[in-house]
Formats: sequence, structure tokens, C-alpha cells
Amino acid sequence: MIKKFFHQFASPKSYFAIANKFGKPVLAFFFLLYIGALVWGLFFTPPDVVQGDSYRIIYMHVPASFMAQILFVVMAITSAVFLIWKLKLAAYVSKSIAPIGAIVTFFALFSGSIWGIPTWGTWWQWDARITSTLILFIMYLGLISLHASFENKDKADKFFSVLVLIGVVNIPVIKKSVDWWSTLHQSASITLTSKPAIDPVMLYPLMFSIVAFIGLIFGLVILSSQNEILKREKYKSWVKNI
Amino acid sequence: MKKDRKKRLFGVLLIIGSSCLGIGLILYALNSNLDYFLTPSELKQSDENVVLSANTRVKLGGMVKKDSFFIDENKVNFEVTDFEDSIKVIYEGLLPDLFKEGKGIVVLGKYIDGIFYADEVFAKHDENYMPPNLELN
Repeated sequence: MIKKFFHQFASPKSYFAIANKFGKPVLAFFFLLYIGALVWGLFFTPPDVVQGDSYRIIYMHVPASFMAQILFVVMAITSAVFLIWKLKLAAYVSKSIAPIGAIVTFFALFSGSIWGIPTWGTWWQWDARITSTLILFIMYLGLISLHASFENKDKADKFFSVLVLIGVVNIPVIKKSVDWWSTLHQSASITLTSKPAIDPVMLYPLMFSIVAFIGLIFGLVILSSQNEILKREKYKSWVKNI
Repeated sequence: MKKDRKKRLFGVLLIIGSSCLGIGLILYALNSNLDYFLTPSELKQSDENVVLSANTRVKLGGMVKKDSFFIDENKVNFEVTDFEDSIKVIYEGLLPDLFKEGKGIVVLGKYIDGIFYADEVFAKHDENYMPPNLELN
């Protein structure tokens, strides 16, 4: 029963049908939610005692940095599924995540630079957190160009997936960089093990913005993967009938 | 699980494992070189062990020692401490907004005869965020 459901969902055709139904509403919903979170964070929270108003970029920087890493982990999971079970859908999803991941990572670096100017007094330093995030950005770009450089797309999927699995080791390095080395970047304010180092009036809109951004980006991934399916299966009869 | 799937799963784990090992070894070899700054006690130690040439630019990080800040002839003077050791810093230029005694700081410059001549000063803010009225309470 579960196996049957899995097989059905895993076919590009039925995934496409479900995605077509829910993709856009999900995207619209979380987009509005994210706007709401930004309005809450920018206008209805007090300034920070040390940083004043400039800390407010946290409501963009933290969700973006978080998703930059999460997207790579998701890509690693779908790539592993593709390599083990030869599931084409997983490869399509992997491939469509890469450009979104690149944009989100760029946004994380960019917002971090903007934040760095008033607080640290510099927009760029080669500290472990910033450098490892830059490596993440370059890896996304590398993956995109690797896939594009193959004429044979089935081969491209394979090399792409292997490279994602090699690159995913960078994610724990980014995460732990602020603990393993001395960095200019501060350590995490929100951890699973201890009380948040951020006051509740700022924490709630931050959580809200993170959740909304997760939904927003996954909405984009759904739409982008639909696009990829149509491109890759354009000679199949069910695509021609759409 | 079918035999060929098991084989591929093993392949996937092998890729991740060898990548972990490779990156781990690189990071282990680089270890202290990846530190963005040295603490005052580390800098003093390295001064004794490895002779720093007077032209080497180093980064020193720590807290601005309480009651050590003063301005003399347009030069900013303060001490950076890691609560074990402290180093006197002299700097000419604008300080970042978040510069404050008792707060984190990173200075870039030259360490000559026990005094740190800084070219650049960066403020290092911590992970705590709170509204101003709460600190008063």
C-alpha cells in the first residue's frame, strides 16, 4: 500500500499533477506570510540595544542563510535517492534546486555584507563562516555549469548527484565554523540545546520569517521542478497531451 | 533491498565518507590557520616561539579592557584582553559605531615590541539581541 503510493507519487506524471494543483497556492500563501513577517520585523519590533535599527536585516539574512544550507541538504537527499533508486524525478528536483540555492546563497552573502558595514565596520573579511558560505555559493554555480555542460542529460544527472554528495560535507563546516575557529561572525543565537540568546519580542518575528521563507522557497522549488519535468520529458505522450 | 540497490547505497556512502575524510584532513592540517584572529595570549606566545617579523600583519581579537580607553594626540589607545593576558593597542582613525569598552573587537596591524599598531579596527558583536528598555530593568 505504502509502496504503491510511493511509486505513484514518484512518477513525474503524478508528481506534476499534484504540484500543478498545490504549487502556486503554496507559493502565494508563503509569499504573503513572508511579507507579513518582514512588516512585523521592520516596523513592529523594538531596536536592538547595541546595534540599534541595523539589526533588523536579521529578518532577511537569517532565513536566507538557513535556506542556503537546507537547500543543499535537500539536494543531497534527492541526489542520493536518484543514485540508489534510479528515480528520475529525484534528479529533476535536484537539478531545479541548484539555481534557487545559488540565488538564496548570494542573498545571504549580500545581506550579510550590508549588515557588516555598520556593525563590524567592514563588508567583507575572510573569516571561516563567510568564506565557507562563499564556497557554498561557488559550489551551486559549479553544479549548474556542470549540468549544463553535458549533452547527455542522463550522464549529467549522475555527475551532478555525485558532486552534490561530495559538496554536502561543507554544510556541517559552515554550521560549526563559528564554534571551531575564531571568527568575526558571531555564534548562533538560536540553538536546539539552549535558551535563545535573542529576546522573545525579536525571536517570534524571526521564527515567523524563517518559516515563511522556507515555504516560499519550497514553493519556488516545486514550480521550478515542474518546469524541469516538462523540459526533460517533452517527448513523452503525457506531456504532449497537456 | 535489492542487491544492486544495496551496492549503490554503499557507493553513495563511500562518496560521502571519503569526502568527509578528505575535507576533515584538510581542515585538520590547516587548523589554526583558519582562525580569523589571535587572542592576546596566543599572540604573545607566537611572538616567543615563531619570531614575527616587524612587517607581518596580524589580526588580534578579544575584549576591549574596561577603563583602558583614552585618546592621546589624535591616537586611540586601548587594551585588548582575553582575561588571561592583554596587549596595548594604538590606532589612528575612526572607530566603528559598536566600539565599546567590555565589548568584542578585532584589530589588524603590526605587533612590535609588545605594542600593537593597528591599521584597521572591526567591532565584533555577540549573538545577544534585546530591546533597550529591557537592559535598564
